[in-house]
Amino acid sequence: MSDKVYMVPNPPTPNKAVEFDPEICNGCNLCVDICRSDVMMPNPEKKKPPIVLYPDECWFCGCCVEECNRPGAIKMLHPLNQSIVVSWKRKGTGEYFRLGMKNPPPPNTRPPVR
Amino acid sequence: MTTWQEFIQRDAPIPEWPYPIRYGEENEITADVLILGGGIAGCHAAINAARRGAKVVVVEKGMTKRSGSGGAGVDHWLGTCTNPCSKVTPEEYTEAVIDSAGGYDCGPLRYINAKESWDTLLDCEQMGVQIRDVNDELKGADFRDEETKLMFAYDYESRHTIRVYGHNMKPCLYNEMKRLGVEIYDRVMATSLLTEGGKQGTRVIGATGVNMRTGEFYIFKAKATAITMARPGRLWVFSTELNGCASNFTDLNNTGEGLAIGWNAGAEFATMVQAGSTSGGFAYVQLGVGYPDNTWKGCSIVDANGKEVPWVDRDGRELKTVPQRFQPAPGQKFILAHGVGAAPRYENQWNLPVHDLPERIRKGEFVLPLYADLTRLSATERRAIFGLMVGNEGKTRIPVYDTYTKAGFDPDKDMLQAPVMPPEAYKSRHWPDGMAVPHWRRFGRGGLVIDWDLRTSLEGLYAGGGSIFGCGAHASAASSGRYAGRKAADYAHTAAEPVADRKQVDNEKTRAYAPLKQSKGGIGWKELNAGISRIMQDYCGQYKSEETLKVGLRLLRELRESEAAKCYAANPHELGRTLECQTLITVGEMVIHASLAREASSALLNFSRLDYPKVDPPEWHQFLPMRLEDSKVKVRELPLDYHLKPPYAPTYEENYKLHCGL
Repeated sequence: MSDKVYMVPNPPTPNKAVEFDPEICNGCNLCVDICRSDVMMPNPEKKKPPIVLYPDECWFCGCCVEECNRPGAIKMLHPLNQSIVVSWKRKGTGEYFRLGMKNPPPPNTRPPVR
Repeated sequence: MTTWQEFIQRDAPIPEWPYPIRYGEENEITADVLILGGGIAGCHAAINAARRGAKVVVVEKGMTKRSGSGGAGVDHWLGTCTNPCSKVTPEEYTEAVIDSAGGYDCGPLRYINAKESWDTLLDCEQMGVQIRDVNDELKGADFRDEETKLMFAYDYESRHTIRVYGHNMKPCLYNEMKRLGVEIYDRVMATSLLTEGGKQGTRVIGATGVNMRTGEFYIFKAKATAITMARPGRLWVFSTELNGCASNFTDLNNTGEGLAIGWNAGAEFATMVQAGSTSGGFAYVQLGVGYPDNTWKGCSIVDANGKEVPWVDRDGRELKTVPQRFQPAPGQKFILAHGVGAAPRYENQWNLPVHDLPERIRKGEFVLPLYADLTRLSATERRAIFGLMVGNEGKTRIPVYDTYTKAGFDPDKDMLQAPVMPPEAYKSRHWPDGMAVPHWRRFGRGGLVIDWDLRTSLEGLYAGGGSIFGCGAHASAASSGRYAGRKAADYAHTAAEPVADRKQVDNEKTRAYAPLKQSKGGIGWKELNAGISRIMQDYCGQYKSEETLKVGLRLLRELRESEAAKCYAANPHELGRTLECQTLITVGEMVIHASLAREASSALLNFSRLDYPKVDPPEWHQFLPMRLEDSKVKVRELPLDYHLKPPYAPTYEENYKLHCGL
């Protein structure tokens, strides 16, 4: 990224909606085409992750994540005004956890019922 | 690099629009049956019309494979009265729903749902949606039938609601449409209906559309057309600033095009005044905070000190065990499911946590925050709620199940916190909605008036799903779409070839592309939407009167002629969003006209007139269907049980047999 300082509008809110891992994403644009609201646009550079152009139009349905066939390439991020109050308490220990915390507990790897 | 901000802060020009720009270029498409809206209702309509040999075209604003309110999945299927385990008849179910809505509901739609939703679900199973516990993971549970392996929700005794693994519902419907040769036009918004001779009130012979990626124009000509589009979701409240479009049960695309284009064509509408209220951008993650209702029905709620909130039946009698939460009360025939669209009458009332929870919180009996504690339920119940329902419902599979488990949430060990709200907010059962503001209205269940063929008041125009007045929930959309598809195909077999009126097409083209020709200094669609919402909040909010409603009408008209006329669209996407705002103006006008016509308040419709404060006087207990005739609003009176009066037969069953086309 350039060190220049640009004159840009404030970032639209929510700022991200989804986030890509450029190491895993191969820029296939499946997520671009599945999104109901066209939140993402194809990157002008081929094989690069899409650009989130309209995060403010995201419904947070997760269909882009569901359709992606490269696990971990795309992650849905709840808006902060919602995720900040998603928290839980572990019964046995009394510990508090929340979405987005600095040192999260290990993931629960159990899949949904099949 | 993910965000636009990152992308533009580099030494490179701003990229051009990534799709070809073809503003105004015409595509002419002919079909036997044209389906407007590729959601749940539209897909079932398309599949069933195609199965009857019709050439079918689907027009969808998003991407059919995953768009619509059911696009992300579904976890329960309502009104399956004909499933082998159901103890409720279609007649009993229909009567319970209609009566719960105080009569302001759609009889044919509810009965069709009760008669066909099980068959519709079996269709879905054929297409690849899992509807049974085939792997025996939940064997032995009290909600499971050991023979059919079906699993039930909400009322384990009467068994009329089925838990389903519907996360792949839309892809399965999409593949079936492809297999049947249905032509699908994604990213195309329907902008108007075409009518015979270009006149209002004549036979519908197709529609026009604009592509939201390329700006292309479409002329769809069809012998029969079905509107299967959603209700508007951002008429009274619009701000993306807090949480984007996350807090609404309907996505951004839902602006009520089906209502507006039907209205302009002269079709008739009912119950447009009905509305709820919303907390707007202050809602919580849908179905994703601790609460005891809907998808999480029956979950134990405990307070900050681990003290459990008791559950009670409809009479306030405490339920001592967890299984009792899913059983009818003594003397109760059956409990209605969640998601029907109407809160149940006493006869079919839900079991709930104590009814006076707000008072008990105020008195200090329960200390906030509250938690949803799934560990107090049996392992199968816990797994059914979180692993099956949350794991398959739209807006929860990825947003809640996947996101929360990756962050470490484990329902076997953890209690999910409920939102911390003012005590009175816990009176509502649906805590994720937050604290609703009364004049922040949420569009109710107004829509097209239909007959027993699911035909609207216009020849050649059928309806399914949320575009029909009174419709609610996934199964209802699916079964009404299925029925409407059959009826539209049957009509198309005998109908004359459609001939589009060129002048009507040209007028629509002029209207549709006007936002591209404005000054780049004009306002954009978001500010326009916010202005429309402000008018609706102030002049058609919780309390209405003739004077303020008329001001609202005037302001909407002025807005259309000034600010909206100058609204600028920089690309096809913004063009579509700007046209949606024009749709919202029309839908707002429809709501205000309907509000002016009903000179009585109604608790049943959640409708308050300051100048007519008498609540639900019997003489106003009827539908007031309204339509445009020569661009003037015409209102008539229609009994609430019109569907059982001449020219129809006196019973549901007779009408169904006469019309269902099976």
